[in-house]
Amino acid sequence: MYARAFAGLFLRDLYVLRRELFPFAIRVCMNPLLFLFVFTYVLPHMSGGAAMNPTAKMAGSGGGFGTVLLPGLMAVAIMFSGIAAVALPLAQEFGITREIDDRVMCPLPVWAVAAEKIVFSAMQSVIAACIVFPLAYYIPSVPVQAHVNSWPFLIVVLLLASLVAGALGLTIGTAVKPQQIGLIFGVVVVPITFLGCVYYPWAALKPIPWLQFGVLVNPIVYMSEGLRAGLTPSAHMPDWLILAMLCFFLVFLGWRGIKGFYRRVLG
Amino acid sequence: MIVEVRGLKKVYGSKTGVTAVDGIDLNVADGAIYGLLGPNGAGKTTTISICTTRVLPTAGQVRIAGVDVVAEAPHARQYIGVVPQYNTLDRACTISENIFFHCLFFGFSRPAAKARTAELLEQFHLTERAEAYPAQLSGGLAQRVQIARAISHRPRVLFLDEPSAGLDPQSRIAMWDAVKGLRHQGITVVMTTHYMEEADELCDRVAIIDHGKILVEDTPAALKQSVGAQKVYELHLRDQPGRPELCARLSRIEGVSKAEQTGDGVRVLAHGADGLLSDVVSAASPFGLKDMTITEASLETVFIQLTGRDLRE
Ligand SMILES: Nc1ncnc2c1ncn2[C@@H]1O[C@H](COP(=O)(O)OP(=O)(O)O)[C@@H](O)[C@H]1O
Ligand SMILES: [Mg+2]
Repeated sequence: MYARAFAGLFLRDLYVLRRELFPFAIRVCMNPLLFLFVFTYVLPHMSGGAAMNPTAKMAGSGGGFGTVLLPGLMAVAIMFSGIAAVALPLAQEFGITREIDDRVMCPLPVWAVAAEKIVFSAMQSVIAACIVFPLAYYIPSVPVQAHVNSWPFLIVVLLLASLVAGALGLTIGTAVKPQQIGLIFGVVVVPITFLGCVYYPWAALKPIPWLQFGVLVNPIVYMSEGLRAGLTPSAHMPDWLILAMLCFFLVFLGWRGIKGFYRRVLG
Repeated sequence: MIVEVRGLKKVYGSKTGVTAVDGIDLNVADGAIYGLLGPNGAGKTTTISICTTRVLPTAGQVRIAGVDVVAEAPHARQYIGVVPQYNTLDRACTISENIFFHCLFFGFSRPAAKARTAELLEQFHLTERAEAYPAQLSGGLAQRVQIARAISHRPRVLFLDEPSAGLDPQSRIAMWDAVKGLRHQGITVVMTTHYMEEADELCDRVAIIDHGKILVEDTPAALKQSVGAQKVYELHLRDQPGRPELCARLSRIEGVSKAEQTGDGVRVLAHGADGLLSDVVSAASPFGLKDMTITEASLETVFIQLTGRDLRE
């Protein structure tokens, strides 16, 4: 019974997403496309092929800035999808319309309705990551070095990162008022992206120790470092630390998000 | 009893402590249309929200078809259909999808959900608008879709919160017909309203509720009987200080069961005796009778007698 109700909720979300497939694809592609185009195509051409970024040399033999960006941009796509798939619709559904009420009234425990949001968002994140990969691989003018050492590790990281993004979206979506959602983008989403080891490997922060340790509270760091470890020969954090921290953030944000969901749903 | 409410209490906010529901007991028989009648803020929505697992009670217990709504919320929801005060239709889906997905949430197979959707669209005269989106519907139509969706999983009890709020008279009558039709399908209906005509017209039994407490509970006919009068004369006067004197005089007229002061005049409760009207008018004329309305005793009268206030205040 629970499984069927869960499947019903998932199907409904899938159906709505299918109708918005084109905006979804545009949303996923635009940011990485422009970023790659400017930093790995336009700028290198201007400076006659010189590496633009000091971290490029950390990407391993011959890999350019593109090799650093590949996992980073995938992490950003994962995180943005989580926010767009959960936080934005939730803020609206909890708003004046209270559309969520009918779904909360289905024969499922309330936490399972919240969990469905996370799982659905994770699916969107995985798709987003898969869309970004070919862009980030083919656009840079200096060839990107991508190499998978361990498929199981990569898959686990991808799934964990996607679930963490969904849990983050749930936490934000239940914590803020609909009018504030734009503000949240400015003060939360943008900073955690820029300080999320997206545009540089974590190891490259060594000259700035306070920042290197400060960013450790940022879940995006483990998403980008995890994908960096799984996909490229670049320097990266230890594998076990990445997995442990992703699990930690999944539990923590999942718990916060579900608690927030309960608070919003039950009087 | 399909709905059993015992000692229900709800206090909002731990510090400020607004007591919305203050010890309510209810029993609703299977197949009945049951009304909760009361003014705004009486605690009707809170009571319904607790019964439908959307608000947790501070104390007390609610059982729907014998299932506790707090301890076994997901199970209880299978027996419950809800139409809340506000429109909760899924704006991202069409009318037919709203009903179809609702069926899926309740474990229907896809073919069964499809068949059920078609059946309900037909029953509620929605087939032509099946592919419309909720934003394109009038209030009355949206209300009908919400009722259709709420009963699509064949609940035992349908809860309707202020179903006619904001509807034009024509849509209201269409909604009443839809609700009466549910009786034939064996669905129990619990509805809230602050329109006494609606409670009178639709409900088998009515509980009058104010400040979170039930004042009386009976059939509409018995409640009106309890007033002990068929007619209500509302007299509006220019001469305010003379009101006690007028009350005393009116009370002595044969057929008048009660005369009481109101904001700007006197209210007379009377049996429908011949010649009474002219007696009342001639008694009141010396006190500057401005205007007068005569109505049948209604549930409104019952409420005024119990609280001294108007339902709409
Ligand atoms: N979520 C809430 N938080 C605090 N107070 C509330 C809340 N909901 C309702 N109330 C208060 O509880 C009382 C009863 O409200 P409600 O159940 O909505 O009455 P009704 O539906 O009969 O108009 C009112 O005084 C209202 O202000
Ligand atoms: Mg109400």
